Formats: sequence, C-alpha cells, structure tokens
Amino acid sequence: MLEIKDLHARVGDQVILRGLNLKVNAGEVHSIMGPNGSGKSTLAQVLAGRDTYEVTGGTINFNGADLLDLDPEERAGEGLFMAFQYPVEIPGVSNTYFLRAALNAVRTYRGEEEVDAADFLDLVSEKTELLKIGKDLLRRPVNEGFSGGEKKRNEIFQMAMLEPKLAILDETDSGLDIDALKIVAEGVNALRSPERAIIIVTHYQRLLAYIVPDQVHVLSRGRIVKSGPPELALELEAKGYGWLDEENTESPTAAQSRG
Amino acid sequence: MELPQRQDLYLDHFESIQSTLSQEPDWLKSLRSAGMECFSSHGFPSLADEAWRFTSLRELAQIPFEFAEDLDSGLDGNDLSGLQFASLNCKRLVFLNGSYRPDLSDVFGVQGLTVSNLEAAVVHSPEVVEAHLGRYADQKDNPFVSLNTALSRDGFFVNLESGTRLEDPIHIVHLMSDSATPIRTHVHNLVIVGDSCEVDLVECYLGIGNNVTFTNPVTEICVGNNSKVNHYRIQNESPNGFHVGANDVQQGRDSHYRGLVIDLGGQLVRNNLRCVLSGEGGLAGIDGLYLLRGRQHVDNYTTLEHAVPHCDSRELFKGILDDRSSGVFRGRIIVHKDAQKTDSKQTSSNLLLTDRARINTKPQLEIYADDVKCTHGATIGQLDANALFYLRSRGIPLQAAKGILIFAFASELFEGVKVQSLGQQLSRYLEEWLSASQSTEGVYRQ
Repeated sequence: MLEIKDLHARVGDQVILRGLNLKVNAGEVHSIMGPNGSGKSTLAQVLAGRDTYEVTGGTINFNGADLLDLDPEERAGEGLFMAFQYPVEIPGVSNTYFLRAALNAVRTYRGEEEVDAADFLDLVSEKTELLKIGKDLLRRPVNEGFSGGEKKRNEIFQMAMLEPKLAILDETDSGLDIDALKIVAEGVNALRSPERAIIIVTHYQRLLAYIVPDQVHVLSRGRIVKSGPPELALELEAKGYGWLDEENTESPTAAQSRG
Repeated sequence: MELPQRQDLYLDHFESIQSTLSQEPDWLKSLRSAGMECFSSHGFPSLADEAWRFTSLRELAQIPFEFAEDLDSGLDGNDLSGLQFASLNCKRLVFLNGSYRPDLSDVFGVQGLTVSNLEAAVVHSPEVVEAHLGRYADQKDNPFVSLNTALSRDGFFVNLESGTRLEDPIHIVHLMSDSATPIRTHVHNLVIVGDSCEVDLVECYLGIGNNVTFTNPVTEICVGNNSKVNHYRIQNESPNGFHVGANDVQQGRDSHYRGLVIDLGGQLVRNNLRCVLSGEGGLAGIDGLYLLRGRQHVDNYTTLEHAVPHCDSRELFKGILDDRSSGVFRGRIIVHKDAQKTDSKQTSSNLLLTDRARINTKPQLEIYADDVKCTHGATIGQLDANALFYLRSRGIPLQAAKGILIFAFASELFEGVKVQSLGQQLSRYLEEWLSASQSTEGVYRQ
C-alpha cells in the first residue's frame, strides 16, 4: 500500500529526514517510535502533504500513485488520512458543516455521489456513538474551545467518517487520560480491516497496549534504525532510546567498512 | 492640468430651488442656508484634510451630476422584484432616485408608529421634525452633511411613540436607476424613537446597472430612554457609484443601538458613522463589513462619543479585500471628562486576498476621564495557512477551503442579524461573491 524509499526532507535549512525507508501493506498496523526531534511528526506531515516541509529526495508510492506529486486534498481523495498532533481550530465553521464538506469532497474525488442530509446524519450518529462524541461537539466550530481529549477524539471521529485506506495517527495519544485513550483505541481498532493500513506515530508505548501493532519501527536522526515485533515497544519503554543511538552511531561505520 | 471642482453645480442648484423653498418653514430655510454656507466655504475636502486623507474626492468633485429627483427615473415595481435586498418579507418604503414612491410603498398601520416620507412629515408632524431635524448630524469635518442639509428634498421619516414595540422590521429601499448621465441624490432621513420602544430598521441603498451615481444620504436617529434599535444599513449600488453618507445617532438613558453597516457595491464609499451616548447605561454598537474587489474603495469613519458615565460601546469592522481594492477604517472614541466607567471595545479585522489590496486602519482614542476601560485592536492578514492545510488534508480542494475560511470570517457578522430574510440574502450574496472571486491565488502563503 505504502512504500517510502530513501526519503529526505527538511524545513528551511534544517535537514530532518535523511534516507527513510518504510513499507506498509494493507491490513497492517505499524508503529513509529522515537525520541523528540527524530523526525516522527515530519514524516507524518510529509505524508499528508504539508508544504512547509521540503522533500529533497526519495519517493513515496501509495497504491501505485506517486504521493509526492499530489496535493493534500488529492491525497485525502486517494484515501490517506492524518490525525493531527495539534488539531487546528477553525472559528466560524461548524464541525458538522466541515465533516459534510470533507466527506462530499472525498466522494466527488472518487467519482461517487454526494451523501444526502439524511444519510449523512445516520452516518454521524453511528460514528459519534463509537467515539462517544457529544452532539454539542458537532454543532460547535471545528475544534474551537475543545479540550485536548475532545480534539483528539474529533480527529479519530473524522477518520471514522472518511474511512481512509491509510491512516496516520500523529501522537494521537499524547495528552490523553486513560479513559480517553481507551476510547480512541477502540475507535481505531474498530477501523482495522484487511483493506486498511494504520501508522501510529507515538512517543510512548502506552497506546500500543490497546492497539497492538504488527511492527514497531524506531526512528532516529531521520531514518529508521530498528524494526521489530510489538515487544520492541516494551523494550524501548524499559530502556529508553539512548541505547539505540549508540547502536546507530556504530552502524554507519560498519556499513562503510562493508562497502 | 487640474480640472476645476464642480462646486458651482451645487451652488447653482441651491439658487434654483430658492423659489420652491420659500414655502418651507423659516427654521428649515435657515438650516438650509447655514448648510450651503458651510459647504461653499469648505468646498470638497482634499487629501490634506486629516479626516479625508485616504479617500480622494477629486473625481467625484469633477463630475457634472444631475439632480436625480428632478428626472423621471423610468423605474417601476418590476425593477424591484428579484433585486437583492429589495424585498425582505416585511413592509417597506420605496424611494426611486430619491423620490418617494407611495405606489410601491406599504402602509404600515401600526399603533404608535408613523412611517412616511420626510417632505410629508414636515407638514403632518411639524413640531417633531423641527425639534430633531439637523440636530444630530455632524457638519464638522464633513461638508457632505452640509451639502445634504442644503439640498435635500425628501427622505424617510419614522416616528415611534413611547412604548411602541414593533414585531416586524421597517425596510427602506433607496434605489438609483441606470440612467445615461451621471445622477445624484441627497436624501435626508429622520428616525425618532420614543422611550421604551423596540424597532428593527433595514436601510438599503441599491443600484441598477453601471451608471455613475452619487448618493449623499444623511440619516439622523434619536433613540429615547430604555429603547432598543437594531439598524442594518446595506449599500449595494452601481459599481461606478459614489456614496458619501452619514449616520448620526443620539442615545438616551439605558438605550441600546446596534448598527450593522454593510458595503458591497460602489466604486468610492465613505460612511461617517457616529453615536453619541448622552444618557447613562447606554450601549452603542456599530459593526461593519466591506466586501471589495476591482478598484473599489470603502472608508468607514466612525465616532463613538461617551458624553456621560456608565455606557458601553462596541465596534467590530471586518474587511475582505480582493484585487486592487482599498479600505479605510478610522475608529474614533471620545470619552468626556465626566464619562467614568466607560467600557469600550473596538476591533478592526481585515483579510487581504491579494498583494495589491490595501487597508488603512486607525484607532483614535480621546479619553478625558480616568476610570475607563477602552480596548482596541486591528489585524490585517491573509488566511490562516494551518487552517487551510487542515481543510485540504480532509479532501477539501484549495479554492473551496479558502471559500470556507473567508465565509466563516465574514459570517460572524451575519449571526447577529435578527431579520431572517436579510441574513439569508447576505449569506447568499457572500457565497456568490466568493464563487466569482478570481484572484484568490495570492491568499495562500506561508
């Protein structure tokens, strides 16, 4: 579904991603972990198409399409969704209006008919139940005055509404209390399916207790330095990220000596 | 070479109406003479006048406008049907090219309410008109009020006896025709609201076609104690229209006046908007929205005057400026020495959709009391890049995302509109305006 090859990206003069490789198949859940500043959020933003990040090298193939060639809205149309680490407040636009505009835009992109008001409301009630979203949250302007937990739940709610093929959760767990975390995890688990892939970008192991990934990757200094089974997350939690840096600084030398 | 100002046009006009004016009461005659004297001694303001430094009247001063009220407008009821803001599901009073048209106007027939044209009111309510006309409009720094005072023939007159609460709004339509030659009007409107009244007023200045027009209206509103007035002033005249108007409000004790001033049409617009809080416990609010494109220019020159203690004033002006349009906001707040416990808040917020659009925004606080709260703020900017990305990341195309954000920015001002049909028409207008916008490419930048 997603294949990233030798991805390099920077913000201004600051190089952040330095040759990142990642392959995610349909039906899989991958977790990307790593210390602050390792490039986790940059990866998520680059995938979603944020133009503050400049891609200086590499390719991203998404279901056969060159992802880097697509505008953010086209990526959404192709079935990519990123849950924001910091969801944006949009005063004056109601959550419902926004959701319907988004859903219909994505459907139009795919050559499907727009949803009518009745079907839309049915879909909304189904998904709000799943994520325990209050009706008042739908009437309010997008994310404005929402608590941290409400914002994160709203992201997963949007994901549930848009039913993407690939979902990237950018630190969706940070700042959540345990109850909110469980709700978010339930929402994500409900979306797991053989046709869908999920990338969970996180700093902590905590969320992975509720959403068990197929693979865990460790990102350090702009590239993936270690990949492994879910147990790797526990190891990271116990030992921190420091030991990886040591391994990592050795590996380029080893690679050089081999080359 | 500089062309001469057509001041003579207006002086000649004044001379020519002397015989007609001789039938008017003496107080009105002297009011007019004083107005003409004031106008002829000042002439048209220039950019050197501080109050006019961002709005050039050069072109306006040189155009030989004919007095439209002397001409046949050639308009009838058909011109009103389908015209935006001309029908609001309520009773209305219609003026075509400045002339009252009883055949197109409704009879209000509400106890305690008098609605008519001003010319008739001078006859049927002479004491009321004499007591109020010309008392509130500020001629200082504004020769256009003087010009209006000298030359006005008609306008609307609304009088509410104390205790009159109206369920339905009063809708006034001033429509300018699409004549072959430049035309002008100088309507003078008077609204007298007694004590403990409630009224919603919708005052619309509309145009048909692309004619060069000059509208020079003055509206004076006296709000009695404990009364509430919602006043919507919509201007959607010819794209070649000049509109230089004044709205002056005098407020009594515990009165609430909320004005919403919306400018959509015209090539050059200047609104002198003023509220004087002269009784304790009053609230004066003026909000405004201007949607500009092409080379449109709109100048809102506002004055909120706190003459007594314990009054609040609120001001929120928003501008959306496309292409090479330009806007001016001047927010003057005067707090007199005795006006303690004044609470005043002013906000000017502007979206520039292109690099060539311009806005001059200036707060001007003159505070002579020491126990007051006055805040002001101005923002000038482009659309929020984070919000745009957020919308796009959910599949909403760039142009639509911009439209959503611009609509949200403006619609804050529509939310308070209590006249439902007006709110709907404003929203529709904004949607059409946005979908016709061609130069939003400059909006999205980091």
